[in-house]
Amino acid sequence: MHEETVYEALDHAHGGEGHWAFGTGFDEPLAGIDTTVPEGVDHADLGEYCLMLGDDALVLAQRLTQWITAAPELEEEVAIANIALDLLGQARLLLARAGSVGVLGRSREKATDSIPDEDALAYFRDADEFRHTALVEAPNGDFAQTMIRLLAATTVRLAVFARLRGSRDPVLAAIAAKGVNELAYHRDHAARWVLRLGDGTAESSRRAQAGADAVWPLLAEVFTATDLELRLTDAAVAVDPADVRDEVVSVLTEVLDRATLQVPAWPADAPPRGRRAEHGAELAELLGTLQGLARQHPAATW
Amino acid sequence: MVTDVRRAPDPREVAARVTDPELPMVTLADLGVLRDVRVEEGVVVVEITPTYSGCPAMGTMRADLVHALHRAGFPDVDVRTVLSPAWSTDRISDEGRRKLAVAGIAPPGRAPVPTDGPVPLQLGPSRRTADCPLCGSSDTEELSEFGATACKALRRCRSCREPFEHVKEI
Repeated sequence: MHEETVYEALDHAHGGEGHWAFGTGFDEPLAGIDTTVPEGVDHADLGEYCLMLGDDALVLAQRLTQWITAAPELEEEVAIANIALDLLGQARLLLARAGSVGVLGRSREKATDSIPDEDALAYFRDADEFRHTALVEAPNGDFAQTMIRLLAATTVRLAVFARLRGSRDPVLAAIAAKGVNELAYHRDHAARWVLRLGDGTAESSRRAQAGADAVWPLLAEVFTATDLELRLTDAAVAVDPADVRDEVVSVLTEVLDRATLQVPAWPADAPPRGRRAEHGAELAELLGTLQGLARQHPAATW
Repeated sequence: MVTDVRRAPDPREVAARVTDPELPMVTLADLGVLRDVRVEEGVVVVEITPTYSGCPAMGTMRADLVHALHRAGFPDVDVRTVLSPAWSTDRISDEGRRKLAVAGIAPPGRAPVPTDGPVPLQLGPSRRTADCPLCGSSDTEELSEFGATACKALRRCRSCREPFEHVKEI
């Protein structure tokens, strides 16, 4: 087979059938990776845990992209797009991992066979199958609130991923090791904005404080483990989110202190509603934007 | 009768000549994205690693490698992804760094050493430095940590006043 152009080669790689129009690329993200599940680990648990971590990234990426064409300056728009792209990449690997262990929810009832697992999970699950926390789902608010939320969400995620590098699931460990390097950039970028805004003008400081006051209550459920996370933590596969609390509190306090902002009261732990797929009304609108086109034209190719 | 006296190409050399889709001045081998090329029972097995989790060029890289090897006479090619150990800019070769600089892109410095524990906050301006690839001045400043692709930051030279891209350390 001697294709003349790379496009023909891309087409050939997919059996000449063209590629589903809404996917992320031609390659399978876990192609060639040993996806054997470690001994004694429940496949369904591992898959659902990957959905939790993957959905956090997918939903936050979708929120961030709402700033495209509306960010305060061009460089910041590029930065937000880059951060969202990294998160989308993490989501893709994690959803593909969930699919590789057979966790697909009801998505396969709606997605055609040619659609890859990770795309079926992203585009064809309904709101009551998503497992992200409320922290990433809440609307952006203004730019200050967006940066405070990004700081909080990436601080939690970085602390979890740093520990996940030692997971007994080699795929999860590899995704985490790669993600740590990216999340450190994201967190520090958000933290520098919080410093500029908090210690800036009266107006920027007022907005940053209002943003922190709006975001802090969303931390109520991020430190509460589900039974599934506890089982996988016992199996040395997952991280108990309660274990990252001290680190998260320390980092967020340091940034807000230096930004001359008041650290809002830390909320009492709440049940992990998001992880149990209970979400607010805002999710429907977000998923409508994310999934609408793919669901209207599920057989489209290019 | 025609006898083909050409030397059979080495699949490693063929794969090593494939360039990056977004940085066409360097090869995937220069970047350290190409991890391994070997022949297993007649199949050329190529291992590549993504630079960033969301790198959108992986599919094109895969197709470019398959395409180049097909044209070189290797019909069976298996391109595999390797996630671990994660890619680092330290994997970019000296030759790759030279080619980037010639193309006006400042090559990365040393990547931060990964730690097992918490990743420390960096609240000040980035401590990264880069010499201007156009005039050589070290008097440059960062405009944005994020550039046109995930792997690059934007900088400006205070001496010649030209903006330039910098492959940021990761």
